[in-house]
Amino acid sequence: MAVCIAVIAKENYPLYIRSVPTQGELKFHYTVHTSLDVVEEKISGVGKALADQRELYLGLLYPTEDYKVYGYVTNSKVKFVIVVDSSNTSLRDNEIRSMFRKLHNSFTDVMCNPFYNPGDPIQSKAFDSIVSTMMVQAF
Amino acid sequence: MDQGSAAGTGGTFISLSDTEQRCFSGLYALCQPDSSGKLAAGKVAELFRASQLPAETLHQVTEVCGAKRLGYFGCGQFYVALKLMAAAQTGLPVRLESVAGELPLPVFIGITNEHEMRYPNHPSTNEIQAHILGSLPGSAPHPPADRAVLRHPDTSMDKQEAWSPPRSPGISPPRSPSAYRSYPYAAQRNGTDTLLVYDGKVAGRPSIPQENSSPSHYSLKVQSEQPVITRVASVERLVERAEMDYSDDPWRITEEQREYYTNQFRSLQPDLNALIMGTVAKNFFTKSKLPIPELSHIWELSDVDKDGALTFPEFCTAFHLIVARKNGYLIPETLPATLRPGFMETGVVTAPPSEATEPLIVFDDHTMPGANQLEMGSVDLQMTSRPGVTAKQDTRDESRKPEFSPKRIPDPHEKPIQRVSTLKPDSPQELDANMKSRTRPRSYSSTSIDDAMKKVEEPPTPPPRPQKTHSRASSLDLNKLFQQSAQGAKSGWLPRPPALPPRPPATQIFSFLPGSEKSSQKAVQQPNFADFSKFSEEQESSVRGGLSTEDLAPPKSDSTLRHQGHTPQKPVRRKLHPESQSATPPLATPCSAATLTKSTQRPPPKQKREIQMAIRKNRETNAVLTRLNSELQQQLKVVHRERVTLESQLELLRPVTST
Repeated sequence: MAVCIAVIAKENYPLYIRSVPTQGELKFHYTVHTSLDVVEEKISGVGKALADQRELYLGLLYPTEDYKVYGYVTNSKVKFVIVVDSSNTSLRDNEIRSMFRKLHNSFTDVMCNPFYNPGDPIQSKAFDSIVSTMMVQAF
Repeated sequence: MDQGSAAGTGGTFISLSDTEQRCFSGLYALCQPDSSGKLAAGKVAELFRASQLPAETLHQVTEVCGAKRLGYFGCGQFYVALKLMAAAQTGLPVRLESVAGELPLPVFIGITNEHEMRYPNHPSTNEIQAHILGSLPGSAPHPPADRAVLRHPDTSMDKQEAWSPPRSPGISPPRSPSAYRSYPYAAQRNGTDTLLVYDGKVAGRPSIPQENSSPSHYSLKVQSEQPVITRVASVERLVERAEMDYSDDPWRITEEQREYYTNQFRSLQPDLNALIMGTVAKNFFTKSKLPIPELSHIWELSDVDKDGALTFPEFCTAFHLIVARKNGYLIPETLPATLRPGFMETGVVTAPPSEATEPLIVFDDHTMPGANQLEMGSVDLQMTSRPGVTAKQDTRDESRKPEFSPKRIPDPHEKPIQRVSTLKPDSPQELDANMKSRTRPRSYSSTSIDDAMKKVEEPPTPPPRPQKTHSRASSLDLNKLFQQSAQGAKSGWLPRPPALPPRPPATQIFSFLPGSEKSSQKAVQQPNFADFSKFSEEQESSVRGGLSTEDLAPPKSDSTLRHQGHTPQKPVRRKLHPESQSATPPLATPCSAATLTKSTQRPPPKQKREIQMAIRKNRETNAVLTRLNSELQQQLKVVHRERVTLESQLELLRPVTST
């Protein structure tokens, strides 16, 4: 159950950011932004070889005392970032992977829509609903 | 309660509550609508005055609801006006947006209450409504008109105007069984009309059945000897059913619509079993002038297999949604069951369905039971009942899957999901998700072709060069610098094939040695080396040595001299030796500033190979040239010594001659 989910374009601007406690949005935006550095580091560390062999799932980018940040990069350098609460210790790696997989699938669906121009902010309701299922239920 | 629920469900669009529906219909009746649906102006004015709103507000209301433009109060305008008056009475501004929310009933002094009392119960209201509807075909489109007006103040105003003309044309005899002759469907047809109009095609304009012809329509279903009252009653019940299914009806594709969609599909793609590509469909649907986000949403709903292309059923779904949208119906969040691609398919498990014939089959099967019932009437024909549509859906998806399997890498995960979904076919939304996950087998390895293809397709244009901006480590900036410089170094050679003049044979050199020796001696640091090079070039061009290495030698020495900064010589050189590339890497950085900038701008990865090859070649020639250089330097020394001896001899001889 994520606290914040973000989709970042290849040029490192956000296509979609959503966080659950809406009052803390700025903090999550900042977190996602700083996590981009770690993402870049990880994907540039593979070397000059093309990214065929690179694993899409980047794993835990960095933990803070409040939450953990996970990253995932597609082959077209679109990045997904998930921020989860540190107190939620039951979340295993596999679950995070499956969350990323779902995100990737619905992102591909958004891309397949011919009315979507790549680079636009994502406004698809289907994508929103998928993200909602993954977010922590606000109460 | 059907009426109320219908109003409620229909009212999800315009939030007409039960009481509002009742009240408004009562008021409508009160205002003595005539045969074409226009309300008596006097009565309307009286009603408006009874609302106790200031005259200015009433003018505003008239203007906003569209009656001013039309010149009369039709049913739709009247309803809108009532809502606006209610809004005004609660203090909201007279705008269409204010009627979107929940509003109390407008209060009309001396008029409302008695109507409410007179028509409190549901059936009689229904009767009135039915009577109205039965007698006033023009009022039939009122719910859609309402919705249109209330949800889309801008576009639907025009649409309403477009509708009023269609109300008036005469009857055209029904072409086919009266499946299509229910009033809400007439509204739909109106919408189809507008669609036809915008498409530039003119199909047969459907008629609005007027009262005297309605028996003929329903004669197939309704016994013709029925008296007028029962006819009205049947119409009423018909309308009731229509009202009841009204919210469903817009989401069913009728036969005529399907034919129309088929024609449209054929115009885009002759083969009915093939797909319409996303871009083609996009251009086509953009013509409908719906806003792009809505078209995007419609696409999301209709492209159930998420392949970026539309099959024929998907196309019908999308088209139908667009038609509905243009008529003012809100597009639902999930695809209605009737619009699912599996709807028209009978249960075909293994064989790929033949879509052209099956819809007709299903249709015929279900018209039979409908024909026998008086009350169901034509509504049932529309209501192509769908026993276990969800089951069909599953089978449809299963059958669709083999169609698309060549396009996809099948995923073993999908099979268990399929089983699960067949077990619980009830919740459509879940099915939607399952369908989506099922019909798009995903392979999660990064090396899958499909994923790679998709990702390749994602960026529309390949960016020129990814700028490696990294705020954290300056080392990466240095990387970038090195990259650029290396790249410039690599590609810097290509635009500058320094043409090295052919190296003259040694004799040649000696022939003009006296003249040039001095200059060559001085030319190390002096610009007259330019002259020398010109000389040498002229000489050398005439004597084209066979050895390119020899040819390259003097230019090499010259170029080393040139290193001091005589860049203009290079073009001269280039003339003679366009094919030779004397790559002098150390010269690159100072001399190729201009070319470097050019080269950095075009480093496509494809040319990298060439550049690297060129670099290698240049390096080889470089090595050769350095060797040659050393040899020539030796020769130069030798020659120099000889010259010195000769000069000394001359000196010795001169005093003899002078004296």
